[in-house]
Amino acid sequence: MASDTRGTVPAADVAPPGANLQREIAGLDALELAGATRRAGRLSRLWSALWPMLSAAAIGVVVWQLVVWSGWKEPWVLPGPAETLPIFFDQLGNGRFWEAVALTMQRAVVGFAAAIAIGVLVGALVSQFRVLRRAFGSLITGLQTMPSIAWFPLAILLFQLSESAILFVVVLGAAPSIANGLIAGVDYTPPILLRAGKVMGLRGLNLYRHLIMPASLPSFVAGLKQGWAFAWRSLMAGELLVIIGDTTSLGVLLSQARELNNTADMISYMIVILVIGIVIDQLFGVADRSLRARWGMDLDRA
Amino acid sequence: MTEAATAAPSRSAASAAVRLGGVSKAFGSGSTALLALDNVSLDVATGEFVCLLGASGCGKSTLLNLVADLDRPSAGTIDVGDARVALMFQEPALFPWLNVTANIELALKMRGVPRGERRERAAELLESVHLRDFARKRPHQLSGGMRQRVALARALALTVSAKDGRGTVLLMDEPFGALDAMTRDLLHDEIERIWRERGLTVLFVTHNVREAVRLGDRVVLLSSRPGRVVEQFDVPMDRPRRIDSPEVSSLAAHITDRLREEVGRHGV
Repeated sequence: MASDTRGTVPAADVAPPGANLQREIAGLDALELAGATRRAGRLSRLWSALWPMLSAAAIGVVVWQLVVWSGWKEPWVLPGPAETLPIFFDQLGNGRFWEAVALTMQRAVVGFAAAIAIGVLVGALVSQFRVLRRAFGSLITGLQTMPSIAWFPLAILLFQLSESAILFVVVLGAAPSIANGLIAGVDYTPPILLRAGKVMGLRGLNLYRHLIMPASLPSFVAGLKQGWAFAWRSLMAGELLVIIGDTTSLGVLLSQARELNNTADMISYMIVILVIGIVIDQLFGVADRSLRARWGMDLDRA
Repeated sequence: MTEAATAAPSRSAASAAVRLGGVSKAFGSGSTALLALDNVSLDVATGEFVCLLGASGCGKSTLLNLVADLDRPSAGTIDVGDARVALMFQEPALFPWLNVTANIELALKMRGVPRGERRERAAELLESVHLRDFARKRPHQLSGGMRQRVALARALALTVSAKDGRGTVLLMDEPFGALDAMTRDLLHDEIERIWRERGLTVLFVTHNVREAVRLGDRVVLLSSRPGRVVEQFDVPMDRPRRIDSPEVSSLAAHITDRLREEVGRHGV
């Protein structure tokens, strides 16, 4: 059993503790951390994120132009990028356009905020109580998959053509995703961390504040991201279906352009809707990635 | 060199930091119940370093959970007096959203250390595991061995207010099992130094026989399914020991033979 390969060393030669130990440990630490890679600079990271998106946009424009050149539709029905893009940039200098964007964004923010409040409340309750989980768990997932436009007939009956009807559907669209994100986060809090928390004496409110809430944050952010996508879709559907008096929203501009057969305007509004959706999705993406990077979740921990 | 499980009268009850009396633990109930621990009696003296050794299924982790009061025994008594008990796992189990200092400060907070003292106490604990320069790092930026030292500092943080004369029991559940051999050797020296400096009582679970002999004042061999105390071995060698010294090797070989005998009884 004697696997002491250093047979020539006298048994009395034991390493003195303390003196060398600190030096050896520091040496080992330095060696083990030496392999850590530095992240690329901010600019080059931005560029590496941007160029694929810009290329995709360019490809989209090229395809659009090819379709127009193919003569599939008359040019006044489907104008090409050369006719549309100037109109798009014109719009950016138009007061009525920015009013519409402001109203739409205001609805988005209010609706999304209400969805967060309700989603967090429902998610917290359902993740906490097993009975509620059984009762509402699959219902929430079901609501998540239900196309929100299907709610509009009911919303219009309940709230007539009003802001409330739009908000109602935006909240129903976004809240289930947000609740599910929170529930998943609480469910997948690593058991080993829960054990460590128990050893530390984390209980009740402290357990939530110091362990479960931070641990479920990445999943919650993912839920917010998905919730935003649903909120934005529901809002656009709402603004097309529920047109209130003489208000000007992106949805109103869009349907007016259709009524006037003004395809170039219509496409410019669609581009704006697409860009807003992408920008906000990217913001959630940035939050998500920085969270993961700070926690070391996207690093290979071999 | 060895003594029977039943004959350990030299460890007087008065100085025992941990006393287990006839502890049994069953999981489940009825015919499907699994008996994890069966009538385990064990005294650990204050300041003693005891290694619990056994193959899979000997209920080592169950035993530590019981001592740490994370679970209740099905039968028997567990007495740790008014000692502060901390438990360390094979995984560092650090909170990834907190940096190294904040991880330790949270443990201090949970032990009622006032806010103003936490920073200083945390720095002192980090100093004692040679990680003062890494206070602002996050766990994932450290190596496995370094994370485990942070976990050790956090466990020590859970015992800090033991300055009022209360005992301090550190439970370690295969803490170095996932580390490479070189890191493990250095951490053996570390834990031995800290144990001595702080007068800790340590109950150290491992399945590594040499590690048990390297570290323990006493090695307690447990059987598997259910876990029972089979035999206890005093380790008479002077400290610090080397894991590759002939004395450690020869006692480890002897204990390994007993362990294999015990494991072999399950092969039928």
